Amino acid sequence: MHIEVNGLNKQFGDFQAVRDVSFEIERGHLIGLLGPSGGGKTSILRMLAGLEAPTSGDIIFHGKRVNDLPPQERGIGFVFQNYALFKHMTVYDNVAFGLKVKKQAKEQIRERVMSLVELTGLKGFEHRYPHQLSGGQRQRVAFARALAPEPQLLLLDEPFAAIDAKIRSELRTWLKEMIERLGITSIFVTHDQDEAIEVADEIMIINKGRLEQKGSPWDIYKNPQTQFVASFIGESTIVERVERLKGFENATNWPGTQALIRPEYIEIGKRSEFRLPSATMQGKVKHLHFRGSEWMVEVMVDDIKLITYRSLEKDVLQPGDEVSVLVHRAYLFNDNDSWVMENTLKEDPMPIHI
Amino acid sequence: MNAIFRSRWWSFGFRTTIMLYFVLLIVLPIIGIYTQSFELGWQPFWDSVSDPLAWRSVLLTIRLSVIATVINVLLGTMIGWVLIRYRFPGRRLLNSLVDLPFALPTAVGGLMILLLLGPNSFAGGLAEKFGIEIVFHEPAIVIAMVFVTFPFVIRAVQPLLEELDKSEEEASYTLGASKSRTFFHVIFPSMLPGILSGAMLAFSRALAEFGAVVLVAGNIPGKTLIASVYIFGEIESDNPQGAAAVSVLLLTLSFIILWAVNLVQTRRLGK
Amino acid sequence: MKKLWITLTYLVFILLLVVPIVKIFTGAWQEGWSGFIEALSRKQSLHALMMTGMIVVIVTAINTIFGVMLALYLVRATWLGRRLKQLLNSVVDLPFAVSPVIGGLMIVLMLGPSSIMGAFFEDIGFKVVYALPGMVLATLFVTFPLMVREVMPLLQEIGSQQEEAASTLGAYSWYTFWHVTWPSIRWGVIYGIVLTVARSLGEFGAVLVVSGNIMNKTQTATTLVYQDVENFNVTAANGVALVLAAFSVGLLLIMEWAKKRKEVH
Repeated sequence: MHIEVNGLNKQFGDFQAVRDVSFEIERGHLIGLLGPSGGGKTSILRMLAGLEAPTSGDIIFHGKRVNDLPPQERGIGFVFQNYALFKHMTVYDNVAFGLKVKKQAKEQIRERVMSLVELTGLKGFEHRYPHQLSGGQRQRVAFARALAPEPQLLLLDEPFAAIDAKIRSELRTWLKEMIERLGITSIFVTHDQDEAIEVADEIMIINKGRLEQKGSPWDIYKNPQTQFVASFIGESTIVERVERLKGFENATNWPGTQALIRPEYIEIGKRSEFRLPSATMQGKVKHLHFRGSEWMVEVMVDDIKLITYRSLEKDVLQPGDEVSVLVHRAYLFNDNDSWVMENTLKEDPMPIHI
Repeated sequence: MNAIFRSRWWSFGFRTTIMLYFVLLIVLPIIGIYTQSFELGWQPFWDSVSDPLAWRSVLLTIRLSVIATVINVLLGTMIGWVLIRYRFPGRRLLNSLVDLPFALPTAVGGLMILLLLGPNSFAGGLAEKFGIEIVFHEPAIVIAMVFVTFPFVIRAVQPLLEELDKSEEEASYTLGASKSRTFFHVIFPSMLPGILSGAMLAFSRALAEFGAVVLVAGNIPGKTLIASVYIFGEIESDNPQGAAAVSVLLLTLSFIILWAVNLVQTRRLGK
Repeated sequence: MKKLWITLTYLVFILLLVVPIVKIFTGAWQEGWSGFIEALSRKQSLHALMMTGMIVVIVTAINTIFGVMLALYLVRATWLGRRLKQLLNSVVDLPFAVSPVIGGLMIVLMLGPSSIMGAFFEDIGFKVVYALPGMVLATLFVTFPLMVREVMPLLQEIGSQQEEAASTLGAYSWYTFWHVTWPSIRWGVIYGIVLTVARSLGEFGAVLVVSGNIMNKTQTATTLVYQDVENFNVTAANGVALVLAAFSVGLLLIMEWAKKRKEVH
């Protein structure tokens, strides 16, 4: 289903949950709504479902305005954060609910439910009650139940929030595959950036009720358009007066500008390891944290603290070691603007002479 | 589209009916009784209330209700404690029996007390020998009130005791507190909100009680005539204005108590 | 110490609850089986029990339907403002604070023959006060909070998500109520019904005022007990009281059972 949202606003008393949000979603895409808790993601989802009425703005499905349609008639499937399974019904009855409402023939219902049960790997559990299932199984039931009436749009509210970390990643892959196979337009809400990056075709970043940026995960990582997006996606340290770093002296042209530097923008090591030693600065290792698959290194350059990662394959550093530090790029921002600045010294300073 | 319209009309009809029922049954009568008693202005209201029989009956009701409430607080706290904390044969049976006064018609309750303590009964005869008069005197009224309000304090204290974490008590012991110190400083404070709201509910119920009391009180004006019986008498003797005036007095008191109970409960939930 | 407390508890229960109940049973048999039968087979006894039965049935039916609906609205409705909801919520409890006699008086004042509305109803030949409708009204007033207060916490506890899930699956409110909400609140409703039956069975003050206690016409079982006692006919009073007490004990048993089921679900 093609979805279009124009100038969506939602007010709860004095609190403005959603401010002027507009976007368009192509048929068959899987969209992640990403942002901090309480930022308005769930409100947007609930308005799409018809569970909440927008204060203003239009919601258009397939070119038809659906603002006044109740949830019953929007042709959507909704997976709730805590699944909201009917706890007095078996798995079978839960999945069959939407079909029974439509008064389909018994045989037809049975066929559809059984195929969904099989699809979601719940075969053999049809006669269990929700409280007899594990978290992951409940999630699958909720998914099967939402899919049963063949919705045009699937909405998932924090679908993995209540599941153990271990099973979560398994379910993520499963869900992505499943949705790709069915080709159903889907939107899911999450506050976990890894989840959004891993699962979604496209991410919409929502903060304080505003849509900050929409794009593919790679796009958003590479070209953050606002300071919030830059700091929310990936890890980073904020550096004031970035002109003190080697290669970024030009930053003096924009007084009052701060820089955001991601760990992966920084390289550390022995001076000999660098192709362009002239672009590096001297730093001192302050702390080392073992992160399971790599070292997280805190390094001081004068009084500027930078954070980066270092592969376990390289020589082990010790606190107090002198190292060379190369900052490849920084994300600069001030009150009205933001842009990416590359290290000026990384380009060979005098290429003609070589 | 037709289906939506139909369902909207239905739900509109439902809403109006329910709200109308609510207002007509509960709100309107209460407003009615206030307006009725002040219909002729302050003076007749004041005359009705300042009739010595009237204010004496109100004072008597308050005094006896206080006594009944105090008795119930003591009994209720003890029973609530015993039923939650101790395991002994018959505990479940007793726990079910607590609700009996709620299930039993109050008039039957009054009759039971009359039978048990009346002049012809064994207990009544015994008391008479010692010169204590029970039935048709104040003790009987208090007993009737205690009987009717018996479950309130127990039912209010029990959930609090159940909620109370055993480890809080144990923490107190490990810190060197004695048993009695632990009871008064750790357990009792967490029971207190229950005791208070139970006591207030019991008090307002005792103020309002009619059925059990009217049978055992003897209803001697100025001596054992409580407020609700006085109101009944005024209605019987065709003086609705006087009845309404005393009712307003009693109602206002009850509303204040109800409001206080709500306050205690919301404060507890807010914590 | 522990033994002492348990003994004291037993003592209170026996003196305050068990002995009186036993006394009612023995009292009714004071003049043997025939005395009991005689007390019950009086014309006024049968009529009074029938009146009580009618009131119980009518009041329970009305109070159940309206109580459940009102509880639904007070918990779920979005068309009621938050403030208004809070106000209505506290108004629900008012009948608890009103003495039954005063409850009866209110109805007499509003609908009695000397009031405007009462006169109007009298003109069209519909008697409210001193007749069954008034008694039903009085009992409805008294029992009003019981159902609402039973159902509201249950509705709050189950939350609205299951209902929302049903709506996204295409179910409208009626279907959702019966297939999703009802199974979760049903034991609470049954418990509320038992409480309502118990209260309407035993209601005395309000009914006494509204009914005028006219023998063979508006007399109920409880007001008959009262009249028999006033007439020093204690044995007869005992007979009727025994029937009421037996019902109450039966209701108490159902209450316990419903409470247990409620906790399971």
